[in-house]
Amino acid sequence: MTLLSIDPAAIDWARAQFALTAIYHWLFVPLTLGLGIIMSIMETKYYRTGSPFWRSTAQYWQRLFGINFAMGVATGIILEFEFGTNWSNYSYLVGDIFGAPLAIEGIVAFFMESTFVAVMFFGWEKVSKGFHLASTWLTTLGATISAWWILVANSWMQHPVGQQFNPDTMRNEMTSFLDVALSPVAVDKFIHTVLSAWVLGAVFVVGVSSWYLLRKRHMEFATKSLRVGAVFGLISSALIMLSGHHSAYTVAQTQPMKLAAMEALYKGGTDQPLTLIAGINPFQQPDYEAADEPPLKLAVPYALSFLATNDVNGYVPGIRDILDGYTKPDGTVEPSLDEKIERGQRAITTLAEYRKAKAEGADDSIINCQLSIINSNIQYFGYGYVKDRAQVVPYIPVCFYAFRIMVGGGCLFVLLFLIALWKPALLRGRWMGVAAIFCIPISYIVSEAGWLVAEFGRQPWTIQDMLPTWVGVSQVGSSAVMVTFLLFLILFTALLAVEISIMLRAIKKGPNT
Amino acid sequence: MSYLFLQHYWCFIVALLAALLVFLMFVQGANSLIFSIGKTADERRLIVNATGRKWEFTFTTLVTFGGAFFASYPLFYSTSFGGAYWLWMLILFSFVLQAVSYEFQNKLGNLLGTRTFQCLLVLNGILGPLLLGGAVATFFNGSNFIVERGDMVVSRWANASHGLDALLNVWNLALGLAVFFLARILGCLYLHNRIDDKLLHGHDQIIQPLWTNTWLFLGLFLAFLAHILTCDGYAYDPETGVIFMEPYKYLHNLLTMWPLLVMLLIGVVFVLHGIFWSMFHKEWKRGFWVAGFGTVVTVLVLLLLTAWNNTAYYPSTADLQSSLTMQNSSSSEFTLRTMFYVSLLVPFVLAYIVYAWRALDRKPITQEEISESSHAY
Repeated sequence: MTLLSIDPAAIDWARAQFALTAIYHWLFVPLTLGLGIIMSIMETKYYRTGSPFWRSTAQYWQRLFGINFAMGVATGIILEFEFGTNWSNYSYLVGDIFGAPLAIEGIVAFFMESTFVAVMFFGWEKVSKGFHLASTWLTTLGATISAWWILVANSWMQHPVGQQFNPDTMRNEMTSFLDVALSPVAVDKFIHTVLSAWVLGAVFVVGVSSWYLLRKRHMEFATKSLRVGAVFGLISSALIMLSGHHSAYTVAQTQPMKLAAMEALYKGGTDQPLTLIAGINPFQQPDYEAADEPPLKLAVPYALSFLATNDVNGYVPGIRDILDGYTKPDGTVEPSLDEKIERGQRAITTLAEYRKAKAEGADDSIINCQLSIINSNIQYFGYGYVKDRAQVVPYIPVCFYAFRIMVGGGCLFVLLFLIALWKPALLRGRWMGVAAIFCIPISYIVSEAGWLVAEFGRQPWTIQDMLPTWVGVSQVGSSAVMVTFLLFLILFTALLAVEISIMLRAIKKGPNT
Repeated sequence: MSYLFLQHYWCFIVALLAALLVFLMFVQGANSLIFSIGKTADERRLIVNATGRKWEFTFTTLVTFGGAFFASYPLFYSTSFGGAYWLWMLILFSFVLQAVSYEFQNKLGNLLGTRTFQCLLVLNGILGPLLLGGAVATFFNGSNFIVERGDMVVSRWANASHGLDALLNVWNLALGLAVFFLARILGCLYLHNRIDDKLLHGHDQIIQPLWTNTWLFLGLFLAFLAHILTCDGYAYDPETGVIFMEPYKYLHNLLTMWPLLVMLLIGVVFVLHGIFWSMFHKEWKRGFWVAGFGTVVTVLVLLLLTAWNNTAYYPSTADLQSSLTMQNSSSSEFTLRTMFYVSLLVPFVLAYIVYAWRALDRKPITQEEISESSHAY
């Protein structure tokens, strides 16, 4: 392997490019998922009542859906291929497992979505009401199934299961498809992510409806859309609280470093409080080696222990505990980082010896002995490429603040939905109406914050504990990746500006009621 | 099902997806002709709306092709995409432009204007088929990469061009251009099939471009075919995995796997029939389907020639033994078997695509139909 020949700047640019594409992609996908359900509900109303009002209402939201949908598709194709273009070592090492969800996504979800979205847009005058309604729901279902498979793939990177390393092919290979497809992390991630998209869709509908109420235009349309959006949003919010708690529990079990970074928990223990806010410099990694906790910490007693272990007295490891090694409540010992590095290096060295021995036709006993060493250390394979402690600690300020933005934003939206349902007249007032509209951009920030928590918290791992980013990257020079990064940045930004402009004009024009 | 069978099966599926992709690039072909066929804004809008109802299929097939290749041959994915970086990035870039161009171009608030997005469609219409055709040609002519097997398997490009060198090979360029002209032919035939407009048909604007594009396509395609049937090919020994050059390898493959030869002939006849019958019988509108079927069969055969019968499908010109074969680059037997069961869904998927396609295409596209439609580009 020629890892030394990899340009370190290329790793940063590859990460930046993937982050850029994912951030842009995630601007459009949540609205597709959330608005998809809402417009399907509205068309169902039309199907059941035959009312022209519901037809034009459904058509209006479908128009906005269409403007957003194209950008989601455009940014999505880049993401899939960037696994190959920018992370080719990764693609080979785990392609045997990771490729399958992407292929299934294409076969099962994308074709469903692309086939029926055409019927939904162009079929109003060409197919029966029932077929059209089915097409609208199938478009939304296709998008949701697509989310399922891409999140299965993502979850596998967070918590690799259903696989084992094959020293002959030098890659990880799938041993259980069901373990991969139904991993608890995947289930949690899917539920939490899709629910968050539904909340964003609901905030969008409530915000847009509030604008009409404020302008006293299309009042019936706005009032009824507001109600549908608020009910849908409130149900989604209630469910997301449950899924959020379960997600935190799963993260604590599978990625304790991510949880510690989210909480800025430098030194852990039992009876841990949940930090509400603390004075962490957003532009600098805090000194987690020296300090016991961040300054100006305001916390809820026992809440973190409960969140992470379902027990108010539960043990939660901090960053230093994870680096130094700790004993879990069940008595098992989590090795220190030094030991993991040493065992990872042993796995790498023995793998090289094993391959050499096989090529030279060495004795079976030697080969079996080497295999045994590889198998007992392979779980720390990725640590063999780690040089120091700082490399395995994610950037704490991003994880810490993004988590709080996500949770705080979620609470704000519950309040918005409650007002929209029980005091809708308030939204006709200037300040509350503007606040409701302002919740739309906030919902995007909150949504992106959730993505940042999930992905920054995983750093430096491309695959948790298995493959650090600097090993998974392609052997492409940094200048090439920098140029494509800038190209996509300019392109996506220009297209986003056009989309926002078109969306605003479509909203201003209003429905044909 | 043996491991070998599964490797052949997935090679077939990936080749079929690639063949369908080439057929579906009629969207790109028609878009590349927006300004030459569409003399007025209304005519251009007709063309955009005709292809705009099908672009998602091309896009989705490209994505599924990528996913299926990744799942079944991960070493190809890591080698080609990570190595021929610029070639693939340019292809992707052009498809991103296409994805938004339909929805945005005629909407109020479009800051860049209708013409900008139509130009982007033309750009995608040229770059998409040309570059994809060039990329496919490397399956015959080789690429400049090395696969190193140290403590990890690492693929890298052997020069700094990262895939652009593929376009300097005259035979890659020939196939790229052939695919481009074929896409334009299929685009014309599709517009002929779908659009019912007196002006466009009355002035032969749709059929006229067929002539030039057909002769250019035929010249380039036949030259490329002659080249691959007479050149040395990349063979491997299935027992040892050693790769070597074999004279007339692709001709041997065609003769050894004679059903493919029959299919190739059928495919070519269908393509020619679809084109020439449309040229001389202007009321006949099924040329798109006939030529389209021929395209799928022909491309499928050409791609299978590069992989079946112990052939290295992604040859390396930098290091012969780095060349990828079905056996040294496929996923594990478990994964291929699992994916085999998933692939049984494909007929179901095809069935609902056909159903939805027919439902939307019952009526031809006219100016009136677009103006009455609740959603138009």
